[in-house]
Amino acid sequence: MLIPCPVCGLRDHGEFVYGGDATRLRPLISSDNAERWAAYVYDRRNPRGPHEEYWQHVHGCRQFMVVTRNTETHDISAVRLVGPWALRESG
Amino acid sequence: MAEYSIFSVLRHGLTGNKGWRPTWRKAEPKPSYDVIVVGGGGHGLATAFYLAKEHGIRDVAVVERGWIGQGNVGRNTTIVRSNYLLPENHNFYEKSLKLWEGLSHALDYNVMFSQRGVLNLAHSPTQLDEYAERGNAMRLNGIDSELLMPDRIAKLCPGLDLSDKARFPVVGGLLQSRGGTARHDAVAWGFAHAADRLGVDILENCEVTGFIKERDRIDGVVTSRGTIRARKIGVAVAGNTSEVMRKAGIDRLPIESHILQAFVTEPLKPLVNCVVTFGAGHMYVSQSDKGGLVYGGNLDYYNSYAQRGNLPIVHEVAAELLAVFPNVGKVRLVRSWGGLVDMTMDGSPIITVGPLPGMYLNAGWNYGGFKATPASGWCFAHTIANDAPHELNAAFTLERFHQGRPIDEWGTGPVPRLH
Repeated sequence: MLIPCPVCGLRDHGEFVYGGDATRLRPLISSDNAERWAAYVYDRRNPRGPHEEYWQHVHGCRQFMVVTRNTETHDISAVRLVGPWALRESG
Repeated sequence: MAEYSIFSVLRHGLTGNKGWRPTWRKAEPKPSYDVIVVGGGGHGLATAFYLAKEHGIRDVAVVERGWIGQGNVGRNTTIVRSNYLLPENHNFYEKSLKLWEGLSHALDYNVMFSQRGVLNLAHSPTQLDEYAERGNAMRLNGIDSELLMPDRIAKLCPGLDLSDKARFPVVGGLLQSRGGTARHDAVAWGFAHAADRLGVDILENCEVTGFIKERDRIDGVVTSRGTIRARKIGVAVAGNTSEVMRKAGIDRLPIESHILQAFVTEPLKPLVNCVVTFGAGHMYVSQSDKGGLVYGGNLDYYNSYAQRGNLPIVHEVAAELLAVFPNVGKVRLVRSWGGLVDMTMDGSPIITVGPLPGMYLNAGWNYGGFKATPASGWCFAHTIANDAPHELNAAFTLERFHQGRPIDEWGTGPVPRLH
C-alpha cells in the first residue's frame, strides 16, 4: 500500500505509523458526562468503505495527516495535513 | 452405527460408494424458525449444533452470505490452547479445550484434534517471571501448565535454535501439553454435519440485507433468499459485526475490523513437533500433517475489510520465524492469506443478550476465534436458549466498556490493534 504524503509524495505505508479513526470527537475537557467520554474512548463506526484515519509519516517528514482510505480496497481518495504545519498559502 | 466409521467406509466401499448422503443438506429457507443464527462460520454452526443438542431447539436456521468454510474458520492457523492469565479468559477457553477433547466423537466427524502441546518461548528472565505468573494463575484453576528450562525445551523441540548465538536467546518457556492443533476445515464441516443431522437448516448464499423490527423487537431478517422470521436472532459474523449490526440500527460498537495474515511453507519432514510461539516479538508456528509450516504473527495494524494483507508483515513474521528456526531459511513460502478479525477494545470477546430485544450478539474474537469455536457456540446457545448468559460468558458483556470493567489480558488499553 502506498500513501500519497502531501510533503514527500507517494511513499510505502511502512514509513508511516497508523493512528486510528480520525472522526471521533473528544468531549470538552470540562465535560462530566461519563457516557460521552466512554463513547469517545470505546465506540467506533468501523465502516467497510471510506474511513478517515490518522497516519504519521515517522520515517519521512514526520507530519501527521488524515487519510481517507477505503478499508475494502485500500484506495486512498484524500489526504490532508493536520497539526501546526497544515495551514499554508496555496500555489 | 455412526455415519462415518471404519464400518461405514467398508460397507459403502463394498456397495460402490453409492449410499453416501451429503455431509449437510442444501436446505430451502422456511418462512420462520425458532432461532436464526446469522453467520455460518465455526461459531454460528457450533451455536446451532449446541442449541439442538443441549437445549432441544432444533427449529434453527444458520444464514450464511457465502459458503461454509469460506471465512475465518478456514483462514486461521488452527491453534487450540487455554493459556490465558485472566480467569474470565482461561476458564472460558478451558471449557473450550475440554469440548475440543471430545469433539470428534460429539460431531461424528474427525476434526483431527492433536494435543501436541503449545510452547511459549521466553527470551528474558523478566518474561519467564511473567510466564510463571500466568502458568500459576492457570494451575490455580486446574489448567495444566509447566515452566520449562532450556534443557527440557531441547528435548521437546529439537529443531529450535537454543544456542547463545541466537538473536534472542531462549531462557525458558511455558508449556501447555493439552494444547495443540485441529484441522480447521473439518471443524466447519463437522459442526455443519452434526447440526444438519439434528434438523438445523444451513442456508448458504443467503446474505442478510436487513432486519425486521416489530415495535422495538427484532423479529426477523431480510435476506437475498427472502424474508425469514424468528423469535430469537443470534449474530455471529466476526469481522463483519459492525456492518451487520448497522443494518439493525446499531451504528457504533467497541470493535474495529483488522486483517490478520497467515502463511504456509512447502512441506518438510517432521521438524516442529509442538506449537511454538516466539516471545521477543509475536509469531506462532506449527507443522501441519502435510508437513508445511503454518505460521502467523501480528496484524497489519490498520483497519481493513480486505481479506488480504500487505508485504511488510510478510517480511516481519518470516524474520521472526527465522529468529527461532534459522534452519528453515531456504524453505519456500507457498501460500499466504488474510482473515478479517473483529478486534475489541480490551482484546476479549462479547457473548451477550441484546443489544436489541430479540437479538443476541457473539463477536470480538480478536486472535482467539478458532480455539474458542466449541465454547463460543456452547455459551452462545446457552445465552440464546435461556435469555441469560452462562457463568462462563457472564463477564463478556457489551456494557463492560462503558462500565469501566474491561477484561484486558495484555493491559494495552483501548487500542484494538495492540491486543
